[in-house]
Amino acid sequence: MKARIHINLKIGVLDPQGKAIKQALEGLDFKGVNEVRIGKFIDLELLETDANAARKATEDMCKKLLANTVIENYEIDLEE
Amino acid sequence: MKAAIIVSPGSNCDRDVRVALEQNIESPPIMHWHRDPDLPKVDLIVIPGGFSYGDYLRAGAMAAHSPVIREVIDRAQKGVPVLGICNGFQILTECQLLPGTLMKNTGLKFICRDVDIRVETNTSIFTRNYTKGQKLKMPIAHNEGSYFADTKTLSRLTDNDLVALRYCSDDGEVDEAANPNGALLNIAAVLSAERNVLGMMPHPERCSDKQLGGEDGRTLFSGLANAIMHP
Repeated sequence: MKARIHINLKIGVLDPQGKAIKQALEGLDFKGVNEVRIGKFIDLELLETDANAARKATEDMCKKLLANTVIENYEIDLEE
Repeated sequence: MKAAIIVSPGSNCDRDVRVALEQNIESPPIMHWHRDPDLPKVDLIVIPGGFSYGDYLRAGAMAAHSPVIREVIDRAQKGVPVLGICNGFQILTECQLLPGTLMKNTGLKFICRDVDIRVETNTSIFTRNYTKGQKLKMPIAHNEGSYFADTKTLSRLTDNDLVALRYCSDDGEVDEAANPNGALLNIAAVLSAERNVLGMMPHPERCSDKQLGGEDGRTLFSGLANAIMHP
């Protein structure tokens, strides 16, 4: 089973990288970009075959290590 | 008095801290490798600056799960003083001994220069030899030093006098112009609720000798040694 974890900054947390990229896009004449937020994703290959158990384990990993829940949200996509 | 300095792969201020401690305590500090969970009984634990684990994932995130850190958390909870400097501060927030987190500097650049900081409280074993409101000059050297915490945590820190240092201007004013990295409320150092854990972004060990260009950091180590040896 595969898990893809999307990690993003929480709403309200300043994202200076996103801000700089927005300015760069404007500099390249790409108009109409209201906001840019940078995140990351982490791919896991799990031995677990049960989706519920896999989700629970991945959530645990996010809370303990993969995401910093002070500033980041995470979403988990599971794939057979 | 015995002190331990936690050494991780990528620590690079461990020996500087040792020199700064040796000026103030008789027995040489124990350089303790992070993989070794058997931390000897010590009166002070220092987590030095550097780039532990190459800042993989997030600064301090990997080191916060080193075998020795579980023991450091346990000792801190029992009241042993723990000082985290720069990457050490990042590790202390990642392992939740201190609240909040250190984010990328708002200017997106690594900053390496002297800054002015103001002592916000001297009610701690780390800052007791300074006076409240005293202005200090210390070097910072970081890419992720922008202190962030939610508003509730910030109020708790300010209401309980847990902000130890703030970035300030040359004349001691805490304002946005004097904020090098975007830290909320110009916070440069915070104490734990029990006041025995301090995390700070400035490097006191890099200004603890005249030959290093300043001695403002020396007072922190001498005060700390004094507080531990003569409680």
